[in-house]
Amino acid sequence: MTHVIELEGVAKRYDSAGAPALGPLDLSIAQGEALAVTGPSGSGKSTLLNLVAGLDKPTEGTVTVAGRRIDQLSEHALARFRRERIGMVFQFFNLLDDLTVADNIQLPAQLTGTARRTAAARAGELMEVLGIQKHARTYPGRLSGGERQRVAVARALVNRPALLLADEPTGALDTASGQDVRDLLVDLHRGGQTIVLVTHDLALAQACASRTIHLVDGHLALNTHAEAVR
Amino acid sequence: MSRFGTGALGRVVRSGVGRRRVQTVVIAVAVMMAVASAVVAGSLMVAADAPFDKAFARQNGPHITAEYDPAKATTAQLTATGRLDGVTATAGPYPVATLRPVDAGGGHLRPITLAGRSTPHADVDDLELSSGQWATKPGEIVLTSQVAGPALELGTELKTSDASDAPTLTVVGIAVSAGRSADAWATPAQVTALAAKDTPVTHQMLYRFDSADTGGHIAAARKQLAAAVPKGALLGTQSYLDTKRAADAGAAPTIPFLIAFGVLGIAMSVIIVGSVVSGAVGTGLRRIGILKAIGFTPREVVRAYVAQALIPAGVGIGLGVVLGNLLAVPLLDGTEQAYGTASLSVAWWVDVVVLVAALLVVGIAALVPALRAGRLRTVEAIAVGRAPRTGRGQWAHRAAGRLPLPRAVTYGLAAPFAHPVRTAAMLLAVAFGTVAATFAVGLTSSLNAVGAAQDPENRAAVSVFTGAGPDVTRGGPPAPAPGTAELPPDPGPGMAELPAAADPARVRAAIEAQSGTASYYGKTQQDVTVGGVSGIAQASLYEGDSRSGAYEMISGHWITGRGQVVVPSRFLEKTGTEIGDTIRVTHQQRTQTLRIVGEAFDTSDGELEIHADLADFPNAAPGVFLVEVKSGVSATDYARDLAAAVQPLGGDASANSSSEQDNFVLILNAMAALLTLMLVSVAGLGVLNSVVLDTRERVHDLGVCKALGMSPRQTVSLVLASVAGIGVLGGLIGVPAGFALHGFVLPVMGRAAGTELPPSVLEVYEPPHLVLLGLAGVAIALLGALIPAGWAARTRTATALRTE
Repeated sequence: MTHVIELEGVAKRYDSAGAPALGPLDLSIAQGEALAVTGPSGSGKSTLLNLVAGLDKPTEGTVTVAGRRIDQLSEHALARFRRERIGMVFQFFNLLDDLTVADNIQLPAQLTGTARRTAAARAGELMEVLGIQKHARTYPGRLSGGERQRVAVARALVNRPALLLADEPTGALDTASGQDVRDLLVDLHRGGQTIVLVTHDLALAQACASRTIHLVDGHLALNTHAEAVR
Repeated sequence: MSRFGTGALGRVVRSGVGRRRVQTVVIAVAVMMAVASAVVAGSLMVAADAPFDKAFARQNGPHITAEYDPAKATTAQLTATGRLDGVTATAGPYPVATLRPVDAGGGHLRPITLAGRSTPHADVDDLELSSGQWATKPGEIVLTSQVAGPALELGTELKTSDASDAPTLTVVGIAVSAGRSADAWATPAQVTALAAKDTPVTHQMLYRFDSADTGGHIAAARKQLAAAVPKGALLGTQSYLDTKRAADAGAAPTIPFLIAFGVLGIAMSVIIVGSVVSGAVGTGLRRIGILKAIGFTPREVVRAYVAQALIPAGVGIGLGVVLGNLLAVPLLDGTEQAYGTASLSVAWWVDVVVLVAALLVVGIAALVPALRAGRLRTVEAIAVGRAPRTGRGQWAHRAAGRLPLPRAVTYGLAAPFAHPVRTAAMLLAVAFGTVAATFAVGLTSSLNAVGAAQDPENRAAVSVFTGAGPDVTRGGPPAPAPGTAELPPDPGPGMAELPAAADPARVRAAIEAQSGTASYYGKTQQDVTVGGVSGIAQASLYEGDSRSGAYEMISGHWITGRGQVVVPSRFLEKTGTEIGDTIRVTHQQRTQTLRIVGEAFDTSDGELEIHADLADFPNAAPGVFLVEVKSGVSATDYARDLAAAVQPLGGDASANSSSEQDNFVLILNAMAALLTLMLVSVAGLGVLNSVVLDTRERVHDLGVCKALGMSPRQTVSLVLASVAGIGVLGGLIGVPAGFALHGFVLPVMGRAAGTELPPSVLEVYEPPHLVLLGLAGVAIALLGALIPAGWAARTRTATALRTE
């Protein structure tokens, strides 16, 4: 089985004298797997996501993503790695308010140097799939929460990343919009997209994930496969 | 809720100042530099106001400097003149002698008037020592700042004449005499000893009168002095009105220059202080919302934010006043040298005015956004920074997105449109910085052109003296020695020791025989009278092809043969003549009619000067030959060999040093460089502050971009691109404005110096220079943005994403 993510003995301390915020932790995620990370606030979910995304570096251990040790990469190499291999979806969307929907989606592609026309075509394709094409020239501030999260998902997928990371993707949405995003993630998983989903929402985890891990105080408390959760 | 300082409000203010340390430091530094610039600019403008009058009043300068023959008037008789009606103070009698000193290289310097004084202090002409000490023993001499320079500085040794046993004097001090009563001072015994050896001593008396405002008053006072001593005892007098005229003429060119920089500095200070402070308050809206939500009243919020801005700005103002005073020292020192005055310092009221004005600007700049913040609805204020922004700048992002540039760059290029007021302030800072740089570069080039155009005879590699006429001195014609005006012509003590004048024909033959001669021309200076003009004019007469020693021409052409005359602007102005007119010039009873063929750029002050062909004046002979040597020939070796040939004839030869720039030009250049550096720094700090604010506001967006894969390099590009457009626009505004300022100020400076300016001085900007200066705007903007760009690139993405 090919693993997209491999964490070996990973620990992260923010305070050298205190207990680690995460780990030590060993974790592997296979290609095409959808992993839900649950746990109470302060359990280390976001820290785990940041380490996998290369937004932060572990204090101990190694982080390998898509076959590459990212804990040793420079900031520049990490940025290149992120834009080519990872798509991110955030709780509060993190869309750039002064760019149109289409421009937001194209941005990661343009950062890789993709030609504008190619990036626009890919963005158009994603907008059509996600049903937001009519908003292409709209600014994010005028969209509903669900629509904004769809834009965020489209932006995360524009470079066809090996890994999609989602941090509480329904946390800021009403029920209907949350359901909308949940369906979208399920579709992506079915399409073979590897997903790591951080959430408090067990229903979301059950719906989208093939495996769920539960963190408590930075340690793995539970590791269950979909059938067991259901 | 509480009083500011100790309660909750005080804590809010202190935490606001402490938490945003970078911003606090930037505000303090930007305000400090702006205030320092304002202090310097204000001081220079004050210094430019009547410098002679102030220095003269401070030193109790002499209204009349009189010289008496000690053989005809006793010391008691001279002292008694102090009791004449209208005389309010006197100093002297001081022994006075005229020296023609010789430097260490054996070169003759221009004659100097040496007065014997045991102390610099006196009731009249209370001298100020600008460096070194007073001459207290034999062998020591103190020079005036007008005479001192790079070649004559502290420690320089001067022989009093050519004689092998001539005493040597060491320069131990530089003093300033606003009334210019002498060129140098030594102990009375030293002057008397020198005079006894070389020439008779005269006695100098310095007077102040209760009425000395007009030439009539001075003439009456002179008459009174002459009547009070035996007939013929009064050898001559010098009026302070003449000295003032000369000093004002010398200082006049600097005034438009200083005012231009002063206005630039003050305008820029106001802009920077205003934008820095208002920007700092404007970015704190979310925090303001939180304060209001927890119970702060709008008035308390206003007070908190005004105080928060006032604390770093107040520190900046205090430090700026101190720094301004420190920076003003070298600049005022330069001004002192340019004005020939001393003890210029920052006027206390300049400090006070700048301090009060800066506090007012800071107060107003903080109050306006703070009032706006105070009025903001709490929910609205809290939403700032979290709710999506709409409207401003989105069109710019659409437009920039179409540019064929990397996305990080186009994203940055559109950023300034989100904050039009902040962008305008940044643009003004860059534009002012570019104006200053453009003006300074133009001014420096113009001053260098002026320096190159001065004393064109000094461009010759070698000067060969015949020993006839005033050209025997090295470095051009001697200036009239202060204190000797209205005195009968005095050849000077050194002249007695010079050999008899060499026959010009034999010197000419020696030059032609000397190997290495490329070309040469002869020159002499003679006193002439010009029809319709009262007094004596100075005629520079040329023999041979004098084009290499030609003055820069403002209009017309240099003399090409007999019957032609070239004159300076002030000659045309004074005589009401134009190019093409004829004038009648009389030299030793022979009158010639000459046609004016050119207007020369001649910055030398003093009497009227004309340039003509020696052949028109049969009674004149060359006093000096100016020689160009062939390529590869050492001017020093050539001069040494030629000197050996002409010295037996009574002549001499010396190599001219590579053109040393005029002290005045060097001073103005140094001042321009310092002032420009200061203004450009202030502009850069203004940009730095704006970009720090902008980057802080956009840190979350930058975090998003970095999470999406924007590399540190792309982040730096984004931030730098956000100011690049401003830099380009600032350059496009600043360069033409600086060009125009130069075009306006230079002619004013020239007219103040009594001359029009030739194209070589006015047209100093080449297209490549202008392009480079335009890039100066970009450089100022990019340098100002570099630190925050690096900070943005280094900020941890996860931290940035958490930032609200």
